[in-house]
Amino acid sequence: MKVLTLNFLTCAVKACKSSTSSFPLHPKECELVSDSIVPNPALLTNILPRVDWSALITISTELGFPTLPPTAPTIEELQSDEKMMAELHTLLLETQISEGSLVCGNCGHEYKIKEGIANFLLPNHLV
Amino acid sequence: MAPLTAAKPEEPLTDSKQTSVTLEDDSPQAAPESYEEKHVHAVYSQIASHFSHTRYKPWPIISNFLLSLPSGSLGLDVGCGNGKYLLVNPNLYIIASDRSSELVSIASTYGDRKNETVVADGLRLPHPRGVFDFAISIAVVHHLSTAERRREAIRSILSMLTTTGKAMIYAWALEQKDSRRGWDEGGEQDVMVPWVMKKSKKGLAPGEPNETTYQRYYHLYRRGELEDDVAIVGGKVLEGGYEKDNWWCICGRGEEFAEC
Repeated sequence: MKVLTLNFLTCAVKACKSSTSSFPLHPKECELVSDSIVPNPALLTNILPRVDWSALITISTELGFPTLPPTAPTIEELQSDEKMMAELHTLLLETQISEGSLVCGNCGHEYKIKEGIANFLLPNHLV
Repeated sequence: MAPLTAAKPEEPLTDSKQTSVTLEDDSPQAAPESYEEKHVHAVYSQIASHFSHTRYKPWPIISNFLLSLPSGSLGLDVGCGNGKYLLVNPNLYIIASDRSSELVSIASTYGDRKNETVVADGLRLPHPRGVFDFAISIAVVHHLSTAERRREAIRSILSMLTTTGKAMIYAWALEQKDSRRGWDEGGEQDVMVPWVMKKSKKGLAPGEPNETTYQRYYHLYRRGELEDDVAIVGGKVLEGGYEKDNWWCICGRGEEFAEC
C-alpha cells in the first residue's frame, strides 16, 4: 500500500466518518518497502490538489520521514522543482507499507495490513 | 419487488456428483448479510482463482469510460474482482476494493504490477466522502439481496464522489433472451446461478467428483431499474444503456443527494 493511498482511506465505521479524528488513519508498527517506479509527473501534478496536505504531514511524521513543508507546493512550484518532484514521487508512490496496521483515532479499531493489503471488513460488533 | 421464494437453483441438482450451497431457512429478508455471506462471498472465496482465469478481457464501454478521464484522476473500483480494469489507463490513480480477500490478493498483482487494493465491503467503504473523481462498480450490486441494500450500495459509491464525479455501474439484466440462460422480461429476478468448476482427472482421489457446482445469488435488473435506484438515492443518470446481457449507467450526485 502506497503512502499516497493513506491519504484516501478512513475508518469503515459509519459513525466515525463524521469525526475529524477518523482521518487520517494512524500507521502502527509498519514495515516499509520501496519499489522503483517510473515517474509520471503529469499524474503526480494532477493528483496533488487531491492530497490533504496536513493529513500527509501527519502520516509522514508518524512513519518517521523528514518533515514536509507546512503547505503543499503549488502546481507551478512542483513543475519547476525537479528535486521536489522526485522526493514526492519517492514518498507518495514508491514507498509502501507491507505489514502493520492502521488505527482509527476515533474508535481505536485497528485494520491489519498483510502483504501490502489492508483489511477493512468489520467485526460484527462494529457493523 | 418480486417474491424471493424462487431464489433457488433453476433446476434441482439431483446429480450426486454435484454439490451445491443448500438453501436452508435463511432468507434475504431475515438476514441479508448472512445470506450474502453464504450465497455470494463464500462462493467467490472458493472459485476466486478459476473465476479470475475466465475474466481477463475488459469490456469496451468500461475501457472507453476509463480512457476518457483526465490524467491524474482519482478513482475507486468497488468490487474489483481480479482487477482487470486497473491496467486500462495507467494515468489514473485507482484504489480497488473487494469483499473477497482471495480476489483482492489476485487483483493486487494483476498485470504483473502492484495495484492499490484493500479488502472492504461496498456498503462500508473505508474512504473519505466527496473526494473521488470517478468510480466503477462492475457486476457487483446485483449480488446484494434486497432492494434497500442495492440502493445503499449505489448511495455509498456516489457519496465518495466529488460533486462533479462520475460513477459507472454495471449489473446483470433480466432481459437476456439471446443468452444461453434464457432469462427474459417478466421472469423471476432473484435467482441462483451455477458456477461449475471442473478439476483435471489427474490428482483426483478415488471416487472424488471431477466437478463441483457452486450456486451464486443474483438479482437480475429489469429495464429501467438501475436508473430508478440511482434516482431514488438522489443520484443523477448521465448516460445509460444495455450491453452484453447487462444494464449499465454513468451517474453522478444529483442536487438532492444526501450522504449516508
